[in-house]
Amino acid sequence: MSQDQVLRLHVPEPTGRPGYKTNFSYLCLSPAGAVRRPPIDTTAFETSDLASGLVRVLDDDGRAVGPWVPEITPERLRKGLRAMIKTRIFDSRMLIAQRQKKLSFYMQSLGEEAIGSAHSFALQPGDMCFPTYRQQSLLLARDDVSMVEMICQLMSNEGDSLKGRQLPVMYSYKRAGFFSLSGNVATQFIQAVGWGMASAIKGDTKIASAWIGDGATAEADFDTALTFAHVYRAPVILNVVNNQWAISTFQAIAGGEATTFAARGVGCGIASLRVDGNDFLAVYSASLWAAERARSNLGPTLIEWVTYRAGPHSSSDDPSKYRPADDWERFPLGDPIARLKAHLIQIDAWSDAQHEQMSNEVDAEVAAALKEAESYGSLLDGKIPSASSMFEDVYKDMPAHLHQQRQQLGV
Amino acid sequence: MLTKSSNMEAAGETPKTTSMTMIQALRSAMDVMMARNENVIVYGQDVGYFGGVFRVTDGLQAKYGKSRCFDAPISEGGIVGTAVGMAAYGLRPVVEIQFADYVYPAFDQIVSEAARLRYRSAGDFTAPITIRMPCGGGIYGGQTHSQSPEAMFTHVCGLRTVMPSNPYDAKGLLIASIENDDPVIFLEPKRLYNGPFDGHPDRPVVPWSKHPMAEVPEGYYTVPLESAAVFRAGKDLTVLTYGTMVWVSEAAAIETGIDAEIIDLRSIWPLDLKTIVESVNKTGRCVVVHEATRTSGFGAELVSLVQEHCFYHLEAPIERVAGWDTPYPHAQEWAYFPGPRRVGAALKRAMEA
Ligand SMILES: Cc1ncc(C[n+]2csc(CCOP(=O)(O)OP(=O)(O)O)c2C)c(N)n1
Ligand SMILES: [Mg+2]
Repeated sequence: MSQDQVLRLHVPEPTGRPGYKTNFSYLCLSPAGAVRRPPIDTTAFETSDLASGLVRVLDDDGRAVGPWVPEITPERLRKGLRAMIKTRIFDSRMLIAQRQKKLSFYMQSLGEEAIGSAHSFALQPGDMCFPTYRQQSLLLARDDVSMVEMICQLMSNEGDSLKGRQLPVMYSYKRAGFFSLSGNVATQFIQAVGWGMASAIKGDTKIASAWIGDGATAEADFDTALTFAHVYRAPVILNVVNNQWAISTFQAIAGGEATTFAARGVGCGIASLRVDGNDFLAVYSASLWAAERARSNLGPTLIEWVTYRAGPHSSSDDPSKYRPADDWERFPLGDPIARLKAHLIQIDAWSDAQHEQMSNEVDAEVAAALKEAESYGSLLDGKIPSASSMFEDVYKDMPAHLHQQRQQLGV
Repeated sequence: MLTKSSNMEAAGETPKTTSMTMIQALRSAMDVMMARNENVIVYGQDVGYFGGVFRVTDGLQAKYGKSRCFDAPISEGGIVGTAVGMAAYGLRPVVEIQFADYVYPAFDQIVSEAARLRYRSAGDFTAPITIRMPCGGGIYGGQTHSQSPEAMFTHVCGLRTVMPSNPYDAKGLLIASIENDDPVIFLEPKRLYNGPFDGHPDRPVVPWSKHPMAEVPEGYYTVPLESAAVFRAGKDLTVLTYGTMVWVSEAAAIETGIDAEIIDLRSIWPLDLKTIVESVNKTGRCVVVHEATRTSGFGAELVSLVQEHCFYHLEAPIERVAGWDTPYPHAQEWAYFPGPRRVGAALKRAMEA
């Protein structure tokens, strides 16, 4: 009988589109505290339930519950809250600067601030992140890269350490464990595995942290990374940021339908977790678990961070064309800043007044950094790195043909 | 199914035309072909529901359904690999690579598979697929939204590489490419999507609606492959170029007052050698212009061809204008881009030699 059936092509669709609301039941959420926390030397196979469930710490009332509650002081938590607020304000001010044409382009991380902020707390000096363009919170949570420096890159001005060569947000800060960003998605994922392998080859103690979006997991570099990481038991954390969207395509187009990205890790022999990415405590706790595994020669961990890309893909995108405008308000995992704030208030370590004061302080800091960076120029006023510098760094030593071309340009 | 001469003038009708941008013209080509041939299917990243990041496929999914126009995972290798498989079944896939800069993960499927399938199977299997991709700079896209990788493809035997410079050619060439039984790399200069561009970024943008080459027949027609166009007739020298640089070369000719004959290759490889040779033999001088980096660029091939076929007619060394041999920078875009000043200087050198 079934042989006679006419075949049909299945093309996944999101449940929501402009005009009708998303049914978020596809996320299959677990209640806070419900998912167990295995010892770090667990086998990949034994993490199957963790790859389909959802590690969560903060409940709806802001309480920290269950086996994944991390040990962390209120002071550190306030620092984490500050990093998230800083990221959000930084993004919103840079978007305005982009609209004023001081930047050619920008990519914000609205709604995803907890992931990089909390993860960076779990790393140590010397570790290396191989980020995507949406991990600015990894940098903004640290103190060793100034916002002025970052904004100079965004403005491609005379203070830009990348000499105006790269699109805004394509940062590179080796000294802060932040690998040079590529415009080609997914390429960094396998490179992170190689970096981790190198640390093992040299008998070092450093680990790598690899980053990729849900959409980009479709690239071969993702699968290759899983294979190499598993084969060589590389000291690497494989972070998949599932923010539900890849430009206009829903995560099901990348292979997230009726399965999880974390489950892909289990299939490749890698211990894997699916974690609430809007829960600062869960992100910190899961990151620490994975980092400890890597540092103990237990190999890679894949973590799928479930979150939502609240803003447009980039300053060139208009998401109202392909998804419901109020999707983020209805996203069941909420706003990471509001959730950590509620928790801090719940443990009597914070207040609305303090929160407002912190926001104002950070806003003034960002505004001051923007002003200072602007004094080094912007695309608008043409104070950009010299045309002559364009010929540098193609090779270590400039070959004759580039000398000649530079002469021809007359710079 | 080669439609070398079956263009609409041959049919003897005056077709109804509309002013179209290059985006609309490309969309119209796919629309016409999807309506004519149900084996034509269109897919790529963001091309389905949304209609593509440049909106080229807008409306096709609504009109032809999700089985014929759909979103693909972010896997260029997967997109081209499935296209080869679909072609083996008998379909005629038209796939979009979001930017030419992102085609490299598909390289193995293009170079080792699509390009050589006919040869290795002695025609048992073929790969009549069209791989569309926006190329070129001029939009502050930095090194991963600006590249012109045509020479990477012209070097591969079995591929056809095409690049239009205006809406009329874009539609006619895309239809010819879809109908062609070989794999075609179809490069779309994104700076020309919404209007011609003379290489002066400081001047106001000119929309296609003001240009006669944007008058595009609404229905079926082709611009045959392997046929160049004399974009501008002239007697002083010949400019061999394609894509955005056709417009920049025209500006350079006007600004220098040199009566350049500008040949728009349209099909980069295989190409229309006859038109090239006739023009260079007539003018005796030749300047080759492209936006891609200079070394091992397609200009090197053009210079060799002209040398082989026109040597005894040449009165001056052949000049070459190209992008510098560096990655495409972001802030220094206009120092990098081979604009009218650089092209004009080459025109003068060719005249003075
Ligand atoms: C190789 C490659 N193909 C396509 C693109 C174009 N592109 C840039 S971002 C993007 C979507 C990525 O989505 P996801 O991985 O989910 O990350 P998110 O933007 O959601 O953070 C695409 C298709 C690219 N940059 N590189
Ligand atoms: Mg995504």
